[in-house]
Amino acid sequence: MSLKDKLVSSHIVFQDSLDPDSPIYDVRGNAIKTFEAEGFPSKKDEAWKYTSLNSILKKDYNIFPTKKSTLDFKDVEHYFINDIDTYNIVFVDGIFNAHLSSTTHDGIDVCTMNSALTKSKYQQIIDVYFNKIAKEESLTSLNTAYARDGAYIYIPKGKVADKPIQIIHFATGSQEASLLQPRNLIVAEENTEVQIIERHQSLSDSPTFTNSVTEVYAAKRAIVDYYKIQNDKLDASLVDTTEIEQHGESIVSVHTFSLGGNITRNNLNYYQKGERIDSILKGVTLIEGKQHVDHNTLVHHIEPNCESHQDYKGIFAENATGVFNGKVVVEKEAQKTNAYQSNNNILIDDKATINSKPQLEIFADDVRCSHGCTIGQLDESALFYLQSRGIAKKEARALLMYAFANTVLSSVKIPQLKQRITKLIAKKIGVSIGFEI
Amino acid sequence: MLTVKNLYAGIEEKDILKGINLEIKAGEVHAIMGPNGSGKSTLSSVIAGKEEYEVTDGDIFLNEESILEMDPEERAHEGVFLSFQYPVEIPGVTVTNFIKTAINQTRKAKGLEDMPASEMLKMIREKSELLEIDRKFLSRSLNVGFSGGEKKRNEIFQMAMLEPKLAILDETDSGLDIDALRIVANGVNKLRSEDNAVLVITHYQRLLDYIVPDVVHVLMDGKIVKTGGKELAHELEEKGYDWLKEELV
Repeated sequence: MSLKDKLVSSHIVFQDSLDPDSPIYDVRGNAIKTFEAEGFPSKKDEAWKYTSLNSILKKDYNIFPTKKSTLDFKDVEHYFINDIDTYNIVFVDGIFNAHLSSTTHDGIDVCTMNSALTKSKYQQIIDVYFNKIAKEESLTSLNTAYARDGAYIYIPKGKVADKPIQIIHFATGSQEASLLQPRNLIVAEENTEVQIIERHQSLSDSPTFTNSVTEVYAAKRAIVDYYKIQNDKLDASLVDTTEIEQHGESIVSVHTFSLGGNITRNNLNYYQKGERIDSILKGVTLIEGKQHVDHNTLVHHIEPNCESHQDYKGIFAENATGVFNGKVVVEKEAQKTNAYQSNNNILIDDKATINSKPQLEIFADDVRCSHGCTIGQLDESALFYLQSRGIAKKEARALLMYAFANTVLSSVKIPQLKQRITKLIAKKIGVSIGFEI
Repeated sequence: MLTVKNLYAGIEEKDILKGINLEIKAGEVHAIMGPNGSGKSTLSSVIAGKEEYEVTDGDIFLNEESILEMDPEERAHEGVFLSFQYPVEIPGVTVTNFIKTAINQTRKAKGLEDMPASEMLKMIREKSELLEIDRKFLSRSLNVGFSGGEKKRNEIFQMAMLEPKLAILDETDSGLDIDALRIVANGVNKLRSEDNAVLVITHYQRLLDYIVPDVVHVLMDGKIVKTGGKELAHELEEKGYDWLKEELV
């Protein structure tokens, strides 16, 4: 049986295990129909031209977690940003782990999607926001069909989250191959502020396929900073879909650090529904071996006087492959739009590949849109400069790569996170230089 | 200190240096002047070890030891310093951190421990004062957004910190106004000693009013066509390079 057939046929069993009075019972039922009609994306789809999921769809995944795995904090501590105080929402094999988590209902709600979907006090919010921005398409629908748990973050009007929130999904590999489908909802009401760090981490060498969907709703003047750390095992694949709706004067930034994994696909879509909105999309990709990272972005400028800033840097070694597909749509009404897009790549080895495809669709006439894409090697003159100062070639290369990626790191607002990412990058590049940031 | 013997070098089959002979003793300042395209920058790059140049004949000795087979960083460890005409910008790495890295890499190559932080700090303070460099400047990203003058001053600051045996100043005067030129030249003069040597590469005589050379060489079409004292620089300034061409014919 193909994975698709298995997922479609198992859905009845899944629905049976849940409350039929749940507000999203029908939503899930409809979603599986959409998935059944569309199936998994293939290379025939324009948006998936350079990324094939075939190799990971062949595995026989366990769809339902059968047993509850336990984890000791000390064994997984290093996957947390642990030198600052944070709220933590932690899942192990798709199941919420209260022991590793630190949630709150004090002024803001930082808890699980499962509570939000099952408890009546959240029903109003769920009715208004759940599955409203997410698109009806294959993988997102599949996620909706099986949506049960994930992070639920609600910041009421005028509140500021007093500390960053970490969402961590661990896969223990206690089942043969696991398919995880976390579903996150983040609602930041007017005049709010919240910082979120998200990570998907496999703890074993058994194959993991995570199909994650996150909806972010930023009301007027909300400031949301979202950081995604993707530094997973070689058998862990991730399709991460993040749908963001912004309203007037809100600022939403997403930084994606793709430093490891098997196949990583990021769908990051912004919809600007108000004026004077700023959307910030940044990414560093640093991979080697046969790893593959695909960034598929969309910024939809719908109203006037808004901005978007995209800056993606990629460094690809050995046989690594990368994709950047960045689409900017400026509607006719969206005058005075200022859209900036940049994608710069360094190919370290001859067999490394990057497919970069900027797409601009501009229907307004008074806009500033710029985009640039570069693909190159490390600058030999720069290398010579550093060497002539006594810095060994290996270190010099690392310094240049660090400098290359730095423009993306400079906008990270949490210093400890910035330091952690810098160290991860330095380690990946294999340098001993103590960078200061 | 530096001996260049019958040096032939080029890039991609194109000969640029055609038999250079040069002998610079410790304590001396030599200037190499010449028209554009004569091979001045190639000579400095070849001495510092830039890989894209191929040496087809001859040799380069630093203190009687051939450095031709050495990587650029090894030459730097041996005491060769090149001040660049166009220094590279490195966002995210501060001037201080860069120089710390350079010094400690050189020490590591010599089997020494990292320089103690207090000593490093003291040295940075001394040398930055020498070049009238502001403290704030030191915490900026290396060469990012620096003016022409700041870039050159930063090059000489690095030279001061690394204390090379042979310093090559490649067109250090280009893009400098008169005040910056004076500060840079002052810095270089204060760093001169009986144990080191300086090779100034320049198109104009201007810098040589401040850094007074012991010997002036004229490079044309990859060859040293004339060698003289500091007065040769003045003569070139007055008459240009054409009279030399005629003299050579």
